[in-house]
Amino acid sequence: MSVLAGLPAAAVAGVDTGDTAWMLVATALVLMMTPALGLFYAGLVRSKNTLNTFMMCVAAIAVATVTWAAVGYSIAFDGDGSIVGGFGNAFLSGVDFAPREGTTIPELVFFAFQATFCIITVALISGAVVERMRFGSFLVFAGLWSVLVYAVLAHWAFGGGWLQAGGTLDFAGGVPVEMGSGFSALAAALVVGARKDYGRQALLPHNAVYVLLGAGLLWFGWFGFNGGSGFSTGDPSVLAFTNTLLCPACTLVVWFALDLFRGRKVTAIGAATAIVVGCVAITPAGGYVSPGWAMLLGALAALPSYAVIVWRTRTGVDETLDVLAAHGTAGLFGILFIGFFAEVAWNGASDGLLYGNAAQLGDQALAALAAPVYAFFATYVLLRAIGAVMPLRASDREEAQGMDVVQHGEEAYVTGEGAILVVPEDGGPVGVPVADPG
Amino acid sequence: MKLVIGIVRPERSNQVLESLYRAEVRGFSISRVQGHGGELDRVETYRGTTVKMGLSEKVRFEVAVSDDFVDTTVEALCEGARTGEVGDGKIFVLPLERAVRIRTGDTDHGAVTPVGK
Repeated sequence: MSVLAGLPAAAVAGVDTGDTAWMLVATALVLMMTPALGLFYAGLVRSKNTLNTFMMCVAAIAVATVTWAAVGYSIAFDGDGSIVGGFGNAFLSGVDFAPREGTTIPELVFFAFQATFCIITVALISGAVVERMRFGSFLVFAGLWSVLVYAVLAHWAFGGGWLQAGGTLDFAGGVPVEMGSGFSALAAALVVGARKDYGRQALLPHNAVYVLLGAGLLWFGWFGFNGGSGFSTGDPSVLAFTNTLLCPACTLVVWFALDLFRGRKVTAIGAATAIVVGCVAITPAGGYVSPGWAMLLGALAALPSYAVIVWRTRTGVDETLDVLAAHGTAGLFGILFIGFFAEVAWNGASDGLLYGNAAQLGDQALAALAAPVYAFFATYVLLRAIGAVMPLRASDREEAQGMDVVQHGEEAYVTGEGAILVVPEDGGPVGVPVADPG
Repeated sequence: MKLVIGIVRPERSNQVLESLYRAEVRGFSISRVQGHGGELDRVETYRGTTVKMGLSEKVRFEVAVSDDFVDTTVEALCEGARTGEVGDGKIFVLPLERAVRIRTGDTDHGAVTPVGK
């Protein structure tokens, strides 16, 4: 203590240094989840769309951070209006070193942590429209969606809106992140329409190793996502952190069994999907259920998501990377699970039906109804409106050529053969062509 | 006996396979190749280095057939591969001197006729 006492930067009253240190790390962990998702998604598409798919996640970081700083954060977290917050924190007004109300961390850190949630939620939706949506249209969609849908849902669940005020428990984002992205993805897939070859050709993942690595990095980042959602190093964070290990592991085991039962083989892409499903299921429940129930949650959550994946691929709905199954369905399941298995002895907040509090299940069911309905319809209308102003998707010919070359003028796997260097017209210095082997 | 070589767009290869099956052409091999056939170059930029990509990805079908199957095969290739845009590819028909089915030692006509015909 004597060493630290001489340091000039004394913490603002009410700020806990340990909590702040953890939240700084947790924020970075969650930000990493978005490129990890990019890798996960890129592996699931065909090689000619690798970069475009990854870039949609990068675009989410770009666009959603700006909209979040401008108005998104304020709409979500300023004041406790029933439907939306205020504009008091617009353009980061008043967001500084003072602790965020109800926490022991500076509001700046709270802002950044919540920003990473908005970013990854926007990135998640891209899974529904990859391989055919125009990049420019996606940028517009990402900006508007992050404010009109994400910020509103975040306010309902986290910012003192009607769901939170009514008693709905959502630890780390079952409402805005998981159901918000999943049901918006369904709407986006319906508005943008199926890929031209969907249902006619087998459209296969081009790199399963990317998918596994992406899922692994997502899981790693999820410890910050759930473990940070207590905004401290206290008991809820510790519980959520450990549940983030237990729950997805159980999902994996059950998924293996389902794979074995259906196809006699355990699949790698199935395993990667199971990791995501398990992490999603524990997201809302992380700090509210005991480790034992978290394991049961993981095991059970595999079933509805697996069923939705099997069902979805037999429909004409090209919700390409199954955001609805992995996020919407598992998020909804996790939200409802709290209503049964929440336990005051573990969470200090509320009991579920199993512990004699049936009202909690009602609160959870309300969220499980309201969030999907709002996400689906708001996204549907928003995309229709954008579609009226600009084309949402690339032409069939461009789709055939691949979005990497068409939208970005780059390829993920350049061979370099046949690449001719274009000499700048002003006769400036000539670079080395990518084709030059020496 | 002829060797029919069809060089087609990779995104059409599934349709080509389909039309070959429909024409009951059952034996062929494919490979990924790069080529140039008069289509516009793609311009790509990598960190300030701008390049023209002179070669496009293509898929090359090789089908060895008996003489009465040549037209069917060529038609099937055309039907599957055509989009009407520059870059749809080419078909070459070459005389074939000899063919051997390794498993049975069948030669020539027997070797290029699908089993069970």
